Amino acid sequence: MKTDSSCCNCSKPKDPGRRSALKICTGALLGLAAASAHRTHAGEISDARPEIGDFLVRTDAEGGTQPLTISDLAVGDKPILAFPLEPASGAIKSGSRLNKVIVFRVQPEEIDEDMRRNSVEGIVAYSAVCTHQGCDITNYVPKDNALICFCHFSQFKPTHGGEVIGGPAPRRLPVLPLKAENGRLVVAGKFSSKPGATAG
Amino acid sequence: MKNKIRPLVAALALTPLLATAALPQYAPVTDIRLANPEPQNWLSYRGNYASWGYSSLKQINTQNVAKLKLAWAYSTGMTEGHQSPPIVNNGYMYITTPNNQVIAFEAATGKELWRYKKTIPEELQQLHPTNRGVALYGNKLYLATTDATLVALDAVTGKELWKTAVADWKKGYYMTLAPLAAKGKIMVGSSGGEYGIRGFVAAFDAETGKEAWRTHTVAGPGEPGGDTWPADTYKRGGGSVWITGSYDPDTNLAYWGVGNAGPWMPDTRAGDNLYANSTIALDVDTGKLKGYHQYHWNDGWDWDEVSAPLLIDVERNGKKIKSLVHAGRNGYLWLLERTNSKINFVDAWPYVTQNVFKSIDPKTGRPTYDPARTPGTGKTVNFCPSLWGGKDWPPEAYNPGTGLLYIPANNNLCSELTGEPAKYNAGELYIGVSIDNILTNVRMDDKARKHVGEVQAWDIKTGKKVWTHTYPEMNWGPLLTTGGNLVFGGGTNDRKFRAFDATNGKLLWEFPTNSGVTGVPSTFEIDGEQFVAVQSGWGVDAQRMQGAFDAVLPHKTVVPQGGVLMVFKLEQ
Repeated sequence: MKTDSSCCNCSKPKDPGRRSALKICTGALLGLAAASAHRTHAGEISDARPEIGDFLVRTDAEGGTQPLTISDLAVGDKPILAFPLEPASGAIKSGSRLNKVIVFRVQPEEIDEDMRRNSVEGIVAYSAVCTHQGCDITNYVPKDNALICFCHFSQFKPTHGGEVIGGPAPRRLPVLPLKAENGRLVVAGKFSSKPGATAG
Repeated sequence: MKNKIRPLVAALALTPLLATAALPQYAPVTDIRLANPEPQNWLSYRGNYASWGYSSLKQINTQNVAKLKLAWAYSTGMTEGHQSPPIVNNGYMYITTPNNQVIAFEAATGKELWRYKKTIPEELQQLHPTNRGVALYGNKLYLATTDATLVALDAVTGKELWKTAVADWKKGYYMTLAPLAAKGKIMVGSSGGEYGIRGFVAAFDAETGKEAWRTHTVAGPGEPGGDTWPADTYKRGGGSVWITGSYDPDTNLAYWGVGNAGPWMPDTRAGDNLYANSTIALDVDTGKLKGYHQYHWNDGWDWDEVSAPLLIDVERNGKKIKSLVHAGRNGYLWLLERTNSKINFVDAWPYVTQNVFKSIDPKTGRPTYDPARTPGTGKTVNFCPSLWGGKDWPPEAYNPGTGLLYIPANNNLCSELTGEPAKYNAGELYIGVSIDNILTNVRMDDKARKHVGEVQAWDIKTGKKVWTHTYPEMNWGPLLTTGGNLVFGGGTNDRKFRAFDATNGKLLWEFPTNSGVTGVPSTFEIDGEQFVAVQSGWGVDAQRMQGAFDAVLPHKTVVPQGGVLMVFKLEQ
């Protein structure tokens, strides 16, 4: 099993045409441990869903990138679209668009009690794939406190666990629980439900 | 008691056998039949190759349409936009629904014969979860799917015979149109103009599914028109094809409408951008481009000109013209001449409020634009008609009895757009206008608040409008016209399906359906009885426009979703 922690191509996604911009040198950047002898192949990791301990990196990152930190997000900023990153291998889990998450910051006091446990200082993360027909969710409208899907106008309330507040979506947007470690955003649990469209 | 039950049980037991026995052997669909479809059948998307949306059936007519009643109905189990016509061949009926489903029925009774659903990839995003119908050819039927696959099924059993991947769905290609069948070929195009695709029309062997030819709608370097795209913009230039083409068997030319150029801001691709926003004529044997007319160059308004033109013989100023007629999304009604080698401009005039074109060249039909109404990156402009145009995809209809063209229009409506830079990432939206802006693009003045939706009737010979029926809000209703001197259509957010007198526009009948009607209506006859069929199922762009209306109007309108096929006949 290859364990080259300084390799810049070790996290190449399965579909190079789609995600070629997401090559990183994370191992070198972070000085992280080499992958274990039982580590899954990087290609398979890139398809795997986020796990506890994963970091988050921007989907539009060009060249090397760093995990998102609390200071990368301010209240009122546009949301960041991100993929999970497995620290041990440095692999970005960009092989499946169902791993895409939308991360942004609101005033912590706006967040309800349940969601507060899954957020960090007002920063929340949700699946960026609508539960209606699987379109990308890229927009947060602060005045309506709504995540909005362009395709069919489904609306979700991010301060309240992604509950549906408008449009045709049949179920909540999955939450990706967050915690903080040394200022970095870290995945604190699996998606609260299966990401992606609900079978029609 | 015992004696009473016995005959009833016997009758029930026999019913399925009788129902099955009532269906004749499947009649293969041939080129000859498609070129001259029998009135009792509805063999293709618009009922004939000329895209008229017309049937000569007249049992249901202006005198008795008020007695139209529901004969049978069927829940499809799907939400979103139900747009396909019920296609009928000698008692067999086929509809498609969102999520790539085909359902076959015994047309007279509504008995389900079989159901097919294409499994789609878990990661697929469906911007337009809809389908506009099957093509019938030979003993097969053909379905174009949202994961960009062409599927052939056995028309009698529903068994899957072959599947051909037409394009890469991961890069934003998807298909929603009914295929066009002619001369042993099944032709399709692809949606994806908002994802930076490069549009095309492609033909596949009807027997094997093998690709015969592919013609790009966005000209590349070295091709005629290739110099109308700067640098490599042609690779992501849009020009999607998502409505079935018309076909002229005499010249073997198919006429396809081509969508807008992408991304939306015209300054990102300076030039005419051929053949976006055009009608193109393709030789069905080879795919070779035999002519085109670009309705407007360097589009910046999202005005797909994707509806195929209607092929109508028109007498104009004493001269007979084999014409192409197209109610443009750009708000002009276009009259063109088709020949075996090119398309000539004849005339064009606005049929809804249009404030973008300053003039039309009388020889070529090329418009000039008001720069203050032309979008650009970093620029905010207001323009009419709205980005959904004077008429979006819902098809017009032509009645040779009245000589009138019927248009499902949206009038008085305007948009405001602010262009912003667009970055291409394969498979992601590539538009150049913010999502917030698109959601709230609609601008309504006092006229628009009075009415938007219309059904218009035009005399193509004189260029005069003969009647207009208005609706308070939008019209997304495809039209059907018949020998009974009727025009049928839905399209409104009050859920109604209606019949009008084709001569004067008088409303003769209406029926409140389960949802909004954006389906293509069809009509057919079985054992001497005429039926009218339509799917009710609100969704996709009609729902999007409703959302944009809700953003600016003091009230919100909820149109319930859920598809139902409805088949009507006269009360006995």
